[in-house]
Amino acid sequence: MSDADLIRLRSLLAELAPQGRAALLPALHAAQHFHGWIPETAAMEVGNALGVPLADVHGVIDFYAMLSRKPMGRTVVRVCSAPACALAGSDQLANALCRHLQIAPGEVSSNGEFTVEHAPCLGLCDHAPALLIGEAARGSAAPDRPAEIIAAGAERPVSFVGGDIRSLTSNCGQGHPTSLADYRSGGGYTGLKKALMMAPQAVLAEIKTAGLVGRGGAAFPTGIKWEGAAKAQGQPKYIVCNADESEPGTFKDRILMEEDPHRNIEGMIIAAHAVGARRGYIYVRGEYPYAFKVMGDALEEARQAGVIGEDIFGAGLDFDIEMRLGAGAYICGEETALLESIEGKRGFPRIKPPFPTTHGLFGNPTVINNVETFCNVPLILERGAAEYRKMGTERSPGPKLFCVSGQIQRPGLYEVPFGVTLRHLLFDLANGLKQGRQLQAVLMGGAAGAFAAEKDLDVILSFENLSAAGLPLGSGAVMVFDDSADMRDVLKRLAHFFADESCGKCYPCQLGAQRQYEILDRTAAGRSVAGDRERLSDVGGTMIDASLCGLGQTAATAVLSAMKLWPEMFDGKK
Amino acid sequence: MSVFVFVKFSATERHDHEHVISARKYMADNDVTLTIDGDTLAVPAGTTILKAAEQAGRHIPTICYHDHCTANGLCRICVVEVNGVKPLLPACLSRVSEGMTVTTSNARAERSRRTILEMLVSAVDLSQAPEIEKFIEEYRADRARFPQAERREQPVLDDNPMYIRDYSKCILCWRCVQVCAEDAQFTYAINFKGRGFDTGIGTFFDKPMPETTCVFCGQCVGVCPTGALKSKREALLEEGFSLDEIMQSTRGGKKRRRKAP
Repeated sequence: MSDADLIRLRSLLAELAPQGRAALLPALHAAQHFHGWIPETAAMEVGNALGVPLADVHGVIDFYAMLSRKPMGRTVVRVCSAPACALAGSDQLANALCRHLQIAPGEVSSNGEFTVEHAPCLGLCDHAPALLIGEAARGSAAPDRPAEIIAAGAERPVSFVGGDIRSLTSNCGQGHPTSLADYRSGGGYTGLKKALMMAPQAVLAEIKTAGLVGRGGAAFPTGIKWEGAAKAQGQPKYIVCNADESEPGTFKDRILMEEDPHRNIEGMIIAAHAVGARRGYIYVRGEYPYAFKVMGDALEEARQAGVIGEDIFGAGLDFDIEMRLGAGAYICGEETALLESIEGKRGFPRIKPPFPTTHGLFGNPTVINNVETFCNVPLILERGAAEYRKMGTERSPGPKLFCVSGQIQRPGLYEVPFGVTLRHLLFDLANGLKQGRQLQAVLMGGAAGAFAAEKDLDVILSFENLSAAGLPLGSGAVMVFDDSADMRDVLKRLAHFFADESCGKCYPCQLGAQRQYEILDRTAAGRSVAGDRERLSDVGGTMIDASLCGLGQTAATAVLSAMKLWPEMFDGKK
Repeated sequence: MSVFVFVKFSATERHDHEHVISARKYMADNDVTLTIDGDTLAVPAGTTILKAAEQAGRHIPTICYHDHCTANGLCRICVVEVNGVKPLLPACLSRVSEGMTVTTSNARAERSRRTILEMLVSAVDLSQAPEIEKFIEEYRADRARFPQAERREQPVLDDNPMYIRDYSKCILCWRCVQVCAEDAQFTYAINFKGRGFDTGIGTFFDKPMPETTCVFCGQCVGVCPTGALKSKREALLEEGFSLDEIMQSTRGGKKRRRKAP
């Protein structure tokens, strides 16, 4: 490290030092930004400045896929390897890029300019095959023109946003962020103003009456979560936004953040008022640099206008929000792993109970919700719970976002009230399958979800109906496979994803995700070994029953659902 | 408390009258009544299922658990079924609650235990972990259940005069990391590296132990259950060296000098 670099890094670390370990991730991002990777001297500077043991610094760097202790090209090209992109040719794309640059994946090109890596889902499934070139997202990238793809100047892909209703997505689909002024002229922040005139208990009651449940996948009642944190002893309390959207096939939170950042902020401020919190965090996954920038800019805009900060709207509420950028770890979407990550640790999920509502960030009462969940909150306050409940079904009130991707005519983000059928979503809204193709499968809820087939098309999309049909709603990912898709390859990719993303804490997942991948890898190659079906079902059952967190508990659900639908797929023949 | 309660004492405990009376008195204020494998018992609030089961005379297997280290529920070999709870719960961490019904062993728990053991033995050298070997027999785990399985084999690290590190034997119980940190020594010489199946224990940028903050207290060696960490003397004895040879080789170059009075 040159003296100039050292001086610059030290001055930055001096700014972060008062935060101590909680600034570890931002500090490591900064060090990596300076050098393109994290050399030993930089890691040592970071550890010493923040008072973090050096072995721990090493452990944290190693945990996050986007931090590197080895030299990297100045621009890292990350090619998505999730199923939707793979069906659109992402392997060929990665190979073409590597050939063009004359490097293998992970290597640095001779001019020091590029490194190409396989990435987990980049949340650009509606633009498959997708990649990130440095911080720039690119979609629909043709493998036959690698030079053009790498050249600067291409446009950021804009997602199609549609559906039966446009309440959460009223400002989405135009391809640029909604400014504070535009958000307010469309009625934005009126929900917050109403909330600030209400007692916190009345806001809690409104959220409970609305019947809002979390949209991150676990479907926990939001009002009960908030009430838990409101009643819990201990200050300061925190509001944390889980924007670590990493479930393969899911991109709703990315679009909400990129195109309507203030709705999420408004939801968080209302939560702060309801539970008595003064501080918030938005944790955006590392693969979403643009969403991170848009949210950060919107926060600054809100701060300038007095929408966040001290004495919000003159109502006496003090609340400010800090941004955190993840660094490549699916597990950090698990709420307690996310809190660990903010605290500057490896993203190991915590043992529950205790729950974050009483023992959350820095051990204090914390509300942690998904972006889509917070985005529902202004709507409830603005319209009132009774009006909100007119959308959706009795037991699943409100609007829901679905991310439709894969082999479908019009992939995109669709907003519907709960209660429409899967057939309506896929055929009326997303225009159905490609010409002459038959439906083979629909992966519901992402990698941690389960497969549906033709027979399930008339299932009603609501928590109660999906649960009765044995299908998860999960994060709202709906990935479509027609009869041309090789489902063994899809399963192998899902298994590879979990083997890559398991944090390594508990044995069932640390070992099981690896063994599951090995079995599905040979299944995909037509080399099954006698007994593999039983092995898959024992490994899967053990991960579901005995894993510590939601990742391990769902890492086998898609595979087990496939075994039910297509038992012949696992008999060793291809 | 109107429910009938009986307390099972372990074989070593004396069943004298006084003891039972004081137990009953305590029970009235603080105790939680639960059922373990059909036996109802009362234990102090805050007791883990593992400890309560011990009181009921039931043995639940554990691997990562150590009485003097923070329990993290890693190995999940101690999972038990609790009525009304969907996943199995780790007995080492889960606290008893009033009216809880626990089944310490059934087909579901045994499937998990057996599969975890089979996966573990397919990845790690357990030849010096007799306790785990015993569980493998007990749960009839098949050592060859997972053919073509990747193993976590790696070269032995011999970089200091005090102990060797043979991470092919490491089961990631975390005890060494914990005793090096807040559980005992506050030295922070070692931490994790990698992630998932490739998780390991390492030092800052893989430095040899003498270049770390390690003070060679030996606590990590003491809590290691599998021989992954072993005193140099023991490792060399196993390799067939004589005590004299070992002393000559591990004494090192530096001579201790007594300070002048």
